[in-house]
Amino acid sequence: MIYPDSFKMSTPSDREIQVTRVFDAPRALVFEAFTKPELVKRWLLGPPGWTMPICEIDLKVGGVYRYLWHNDSDGREMGLSGVFREIVSPKLLVATENPTWHASEALDTTTFVEEGSATRMTITVLYESTEVRDIALKSGMDRGMAMSYDRVEELLSSLLAA
Amino acid sequence: MERTGYKSPAAERLDTTRLDATFAALADSTRRAILARLASGEASVTELAAPFEMSQPAISKHLKVLEAAGLIVRDRDAQRRPSRLDATRLAEACQWLADYRQFWESSFKQLDALLGELKSKKKKGKKHKHKKH
Repeated sequence: MIYPDSFKMSTPSDREIQVTRVFDAPRALVFEAFTKPELVKRWLLGPPGWTMPICEIDLKVGGVYRYLWHNDSDGREMGLSGVFREIVSPKLLVATENPTWHASEALDTTTFVEEGSATRMTITVLYESTEVRDIALKSGMDRGMAMSYDRVEELLSSLLAA
Repeated sequence: MERTGYKSPAAERLDTTRLDATFAALADSTRRAILARLASGEASVTELAAPFEMSQPAISKHLKVLEAAGLIVRDRDAQRRPSRLDATRLAEACQWLADYRQFWESSFKQLDALLGELKSKKKKGKKHKHKKH
């Protein structure tokens, strides 16, 4: 069983973006999929066409992670790196987030909560300011993993579902 | 929210101010419900107030916020002053939010597949160990 409908995106405050989803797997396995580079590079890929040629994770407090995405069709690249601040395996990850496309820093808090035999994952991204949040996200997505919505109703229903 | 070309800092700031207004407008569940209603066609304040069990002045207040955020337009001349979605503006203002959502939804589908694969591998691994004993 998979839980695509459990996906929710929200803005808990004017400096935060939150994404949550339930996965049909034990918590330890989901945690592994988020922290082992050989696994991360197989799913953290966004829409079709993107690969992750660089995925390095030094899973310890003060350890650095580095991600680089590459678009095979047009050669675009985007990168993300940061430092782990707190690690409680398999429940919690706190890390900074610095995108290469904008001089901003955010703090990512990822929690993994058991729901029966499934696991709820929640990522909360806290930006320095409202302005940084909007610019970082907008410019990043503009340059990067944009998908076009031709129909406004489609956009709206997807937005309202969030 | 142009997707290509040079943008002056002033234009960037304008975009951000607009996004703030959009977020503030979308933060309220009544306003989201009003937008959902307007997605199926224009409506007057009276028509909008009915399903919400809210006073018309309360609905008018929400409409003002949505109008200021550029998400709806209201007909000034007609007596009913019907509201309708400003489709272009809405699409522009919300594009990046949709992109962000798209990134995660696509990734999570791939994660579902990967987790399924890892689980079946672990099961097989366990069975294998069992046979050895």
